[in-house]
Amino acid sequence: MLAYLIRRLFAAVVMLVVIILVVFSIFFLVPKWAGVDIATSFVGKQADPAAVQAVREKLGLGDPIYIQVWDFFKGIFAGRTYAAGGDVTHCAAPCFGYSFRSEQAVWPVLTDRFPVTLGLALGAAVLWLVFGVAAGVLSALKRGSLWDRSAMVVALAGVSLPIYFTGLLSLAIFAFGLKWIDAQYVPLGQSFTGWLGGMILPWVTLAFLYAAMYARITRATMLEVLGEDYIRTARAKGLREQTVIGKHAMRSTMTPILTMLGMDLGALIGGAILTETTFSLPGLGQAVLNAIRNQDLPIILGVTLITSLAVLLANLVVDVLYAVIDPRVRLA
Amino acid sequence: MTELSKSGAAVGEPATASPASTAFLEVRDLKVHFPTDDGLVKSVDGLSFQLEKGKTLGIVGESGSGKSVTSLGILGLHTAGQYGKRKAQISGEIWLNGTELLSADPDHVRKLRGRDMAMIFQDPLSALHPYYTIGQQIVEAYRIHHNVDKKTARKRAIEMLDRVGIPQPDKRVDSYPHEFSGGMRQRAMIAMALVNNPELLIADEPTTALDVTVQAQILDLIRDLQKEFGSAVIVITHDLGVVAELADDILVMYGGRCVERGPAEKVFYEPRHPYTWGLLGSMPRLDREQQERLIPVKGSPPSLINVPSGCAFNPRCPYADVPKDNVTRTVRPELTEVGSRHWAACHMTQEQRERIWTEEIAPKL
Repeated sequence: MLAYLIRRLFAAVVMLVVIILVVFSIFFLVPKWAGVDIATSFVGKQADPAAVQAVREKLGLGDPIYIQVWDFFKGIFAGRTYAAGGDVTHCAAPCFGYSFRSEQAVWPVLTDRFPVTLGLALGAAVLWLVFGVAAGVLSALKRGSLWDRSAMVVALAGVSLPIYFTGLLSLAIFAFGLKWIDAQYVPLGQSFTGWLGGMILPWVTLAFLYAAMYARITRATMLEVLGEDYIRTARAKGLREQTVIGKHAMRSTMTPILTMLGMDLGALIGGAILTETTFSLPGLGQAVLNAIRNQDLPIILGVTLITSLAVLLANLVVDVLYAVIDPRVRLA
Repeated sequence: MTELSKSGAAVGEPATASPASTAFLEVRDLKVHFPTDDGLVKSVDGLSFQLEKGKTLGIVGESGSGKSVTSLGILGLHTAGQYGKRKAQISGEIWLNGTELLSADPDHVRKLRGRDMAMIFQDPLSALHPYYTIGQQIVEAYRIHHNVDKKTARKRAIEMLDRVGIPQPDKRVDSYPHEFSGGMRQRAMIAMALVNNPELLIADEPTTALDVTVQAQILDLIRDLQKEFGSAVIVITHDLGVVAELADDILVMYGGRCVERGPAEKVFYEPRHPYTWGLLGSMPRLDREQQERLIPVKGSPPSLINVPSGCAFNPRCPYADVPKDNVTRTVRPELTEVGSRHWAACHMTQEQRERIWTEEIAPKL
């Protein structure tokens, strides 16, 4: 078990380094080969050549590639100093550079917006796990019944309807029509009830999509597991049906659900762009959308790295949970 | 026709108001039918037998003859946990220790499962839960029926693993099924089935998934444990060699019905049904020197949806053309007594069958 953990952890660290390298190449080297000057896009197209030159020197864009990569790495883990002549800026670790547009450091932008996205993703995850898995199990146990058919129709709708449709619909009905809630984002630190009010529609909207997927997977897996010989053995022992389902069948059903949860949660933590945009939540997704509109490379880069890290961490957690659930995995 | 009606009484077809059974286990006219889109599958269609404690009954037949369906029916596993599917239709009577199981409260039957009647399944790898240790699974089986703490149950589990011949049981108790070999897994399965000292043990093809050397060990184990615990055992198999080792009585199934039933030596040495002859002819034997080619039973098992009227074995029977007096071919042959405690269901007269067996079949075996 310990050896398995160490192997997974080591693999995760290697993966992280590879991700940083790849992401850096995409963002800084591809424009270079494509003939796009990053310094120009920083300063603006009508800037005078001297200013462009100064920026190029300060950002180290003229340095050899390996120096640039090294500076980037060093910035993340130890901080770095931008210097051009007398103009010196120290950027403390973790340094992801400065926004091309607002000239704010990227890291505080990320840490500002991260809790919003995290709250959105975790809250929605709780909802979709509870309702999706419960609906899936019930559908499997009542296969072919009216409940099963209607649940699966709703699930199909959930999978097919885009967030901006269900999101806007829920806003139109509950926030503007019935005026039950004030769909305005309020930070958690300011007011708990305000935060809940602002988050409830995004949670439900996002959870609806995922619950639908989870219900379908749960139903299919549960049906498969119920046909297994060891379920018959459990009944032959004289176990109550609740125990057969709740203990023996659920444990096997959880495995694929956990895999999906790891990937989905990882991806969502990197920013639920559609949901955040629909509900005007100041999270990572909204930040990255704005950054893309403004060609604000460092912000995009920062969010991309955070997303990768989140996926990596989520998968690491899933791998560990996997080993806890399935003893056969520990050997792998 | 007089013979037919007499035979009906002999196999214990239930009368309208059937009296309680005095046998340890008695199955009366058991029918298990499954409704499907293609029609009603009559997996078991009128099966009756009795079994006393300390005795072993071997149920023999091809795949699809209804052997496993019968055993699952006795345990009540056709009705437990049938979600949303079309329910199996079960009729008849199953008497265990004076209780009729089919009409009993399902929760009462559940409590009997594992405690009074236990089952060993065919493939121990798929029949054991891959995510729980052997010990956890045996402890669970014990604690359902015994109000003891985990420590006591664990001691009991180690004791049982030791009894079924697993080396270092105090260590292996914490192993997972995938860490055991096939034979060890089947031993663990047996330990789990016997942990509550059940009075009835059903072994459903207990050696089919094992290699030959391990098969013999497992059969020895089952026989020893039966002597020790004095339980009644039903061994279900398609392998006549297995029942030859274990069984006191043999019941041959074909197409969901019993075609021959009797003491093991009678069924082996004086069989009175052409299907039993076919099974014997297709069994490899090392104790005869001049073994000719194995003679398979030609054709395939009958559809259980459209069971042919008359004898179900008729399409495959090599003696279908033997002239039969006094018999309507479309009538299904009933079990008739052909010897002491020995019944067979065939349209040929007993003299015809005796002659064919002694003159044509026996010399070739």
